[in-house]
Amino acid sequence: MLTRRSLIRSTAALTLASSLPLVPARAQTGPLRLEITEGVIEPLPFAVPRFIARNGGAADAAADITRVIAADLRGTGLFRQIPESAHISSVTAFDAPVQYNDWQAINAQALIVGEVEESGGRLIVRFRLFDVFSQQPLGEGLQFVGPREGWRRMAHNVADQVYERITGEGGYFDTRVVFIHEEGPKNARLKRLAIMDYDGANVQFLTDSRSLVLAPRFSPTGDRIIYTSYESGQPRVYLMDVATVTRRPLEAISAGDMSFSPRFTPDGGSVVFSMAQGGNTDIFRVSVGGGARTQLTSAPSIETAPSFSPDGSQMVFESDRTGGQQIYVMPAGGGEPQRISRGTGRYGTPVWSPRGDYIAFTKQEAGRFHIGVMRTNGSEERLLTASFLDEGPTWAPNGRVLMFTRETAGADGAPAVYSVDISGRNLQRVATPGMASDPSWSPRLT
Amino acid sequence: MTLRFRASALILTAALALSACAQGGLRGDDTVNLNAQGGLGAASDPTSVAYFNQVVGDRVLFAVDQSTLDAQAQATLDGQAQWLLSNAEYRVQIEGHADEQGTREYNIALGARRAAAVRDYLVSRGVPANRLTTISYGKERPIEICSEESCYRQNRRAVTVLSFGTGV
Repeated sequence: MLTRRSLIRSTAALTLASSLPLVPARAQTGPLRLEITEGVIEPLPFAVPRFIARNGGAADAAADITRVIAADLRGTGLFRQIPESAHISSVTAFDAPVQYNDWQAINAQALIVGEVEESGGRLIVRFRLFDVFSQQPLGEGLQFVGPREGWRRMAHNVADQVYERITGEGGYFDTRVVFIHEEGPKNARLKRLAIMDYDGANVQFLTDSRSLVLAPRFSPTGDRIIYTSYESGQPRVYLMDVATVTRRPLEAISAGDMSFSPRFTPDGGSVVFSMAQGGNTDIFRVSVGGGARTQLTSAPSIETAPSFSPDGSQMVFESDRTGGQQIYVMPAGGGEPQRISRGTGRYGTPVWSPRGDYIAFTKQEAGRFHIGVMRTNGSEERLLTASFLDEGPTWAPNGRVLMFTRETAGADGAPAVYSVDISGRNLQRVATPGMASDPSWSPRLT
Repeated sequence: MTLRFRASALILTAALALSACAQGGLRGDDTVNLNAQGGLGAASDPTSVAYFNQVVGDRVLFAVDQSTLDAQAQATLDGQAQWLLSNAEYRVQIEGHADEQGTREYNIALGARRAAAVRDYLVSRGVPANRLTTISYGKERPIEICSEESCYRQNRRAVTVLSFGTGV
């Protein structure tokens, strides 16, 4: 069954406008629904005729928005676009009755119809989604309004709606990724903090190349970034406000100590991070607003790469207390860690899924690296990738897709950002302006 | 109902004002990195930085994931300690490094452990601790760039970098 959720959400960034009158429904033969499971999925065929431009000023935007919606859906690997050249019907008016037979004839199971209107520098985007074989609309028609330069986000919002209505999972297209942009040869690499849309559009640099920067993470609300920088001469944790691109050290730390591997707690109010003191590395927690630092682990081994469960009750991290890196879970406030990684090889960089159901990790064995997922008790381990060097997974906000760093071997080896479904399907390189590493996926912006 | 985008939260126009440290040369402003400036002197001069780097040996190497100092490393560090005690005007930063066969943040921790092992050894040989600082670069600063053990071995290192400063 298709779950009908409230499609009107109040949001800070982009609000959905009015629902549109429903087109009368026809006899139902079973609603369109795509289950995202581990099995092989035949991509669902969809058609998205170019959105109608209500006026001349909307022509370019209508074409661009249609293109981005289609690219979002195709990029999931779950949908297959039927090219416009194969369409029998042409949609000439947004409210015109849908010629279901024409779309059935080309086996389009989902049909997206939309229009774009330009008014005083703003765009109004309306769309409807139809279940072609049930001959009925799938959810309500919706309208988005925003500034002209925000057309990509409006397209991503339409695609998120389509994805959600058909899969029942949260969309992840209206999101951003913070990452490390890399330049120069392998033995003189320069790194910059950068941010982009999830699909590689709208890249912006947040630091210049003078200081080495590593491993950024988004705050749970996406408005702040925490990362490691060498700008003081030592690796230290910094906090950056995305809107203003201002940054400050997370806290004052003693000369000689190094802090790194920071992550926000789920409420965004604190940061957990590693600190190396006299060669020993443990995990600490401090409030973003300052105050006393709490030590969460104390062992003579390396404890790093912490990640909280979404409810904040538990923390997963890596430790080499038994020799090589392994993954442990402990109560968030401290307590006895339980090892959950059980296979051969080394396990690091655990990241708790935003859904709470899996932990993603990097596995290193016999000179190969893998991105994998396991249940939070360590069971059902599944390796999704294999290469010379894969590391550092980050979750899409719906917990169904991961991005990670893949680096090629040799003197000309270079890092790039890839994505893969947690089923192991749909491995893709993410478009970046150059070499890129250490992605961190934002929450949904709307 | 009309909706609005957040006021350009993601439009980044603020000027970036970063410190002047280069990524590769992160020393304090109060010291001069002689290694990077060519003021090394002649290797035939036992008080020169060149002599320290080339004859005494400025680095020790480690096994995979280890920070143990083997006999060869200890011999090198014995020589470093002796030289540092004779040339008290130099300060030292010990850089810990890892090869690329590891995850980034673990390698920062591993480099810190290696640098500390060298620091502790030099202190045990009488070098005053307040002349020594440590830093870890993890796998961020390889000197050899092939993806084979011959290169990895050279990259799993701790380098004793001299600077001319307020020696004690």
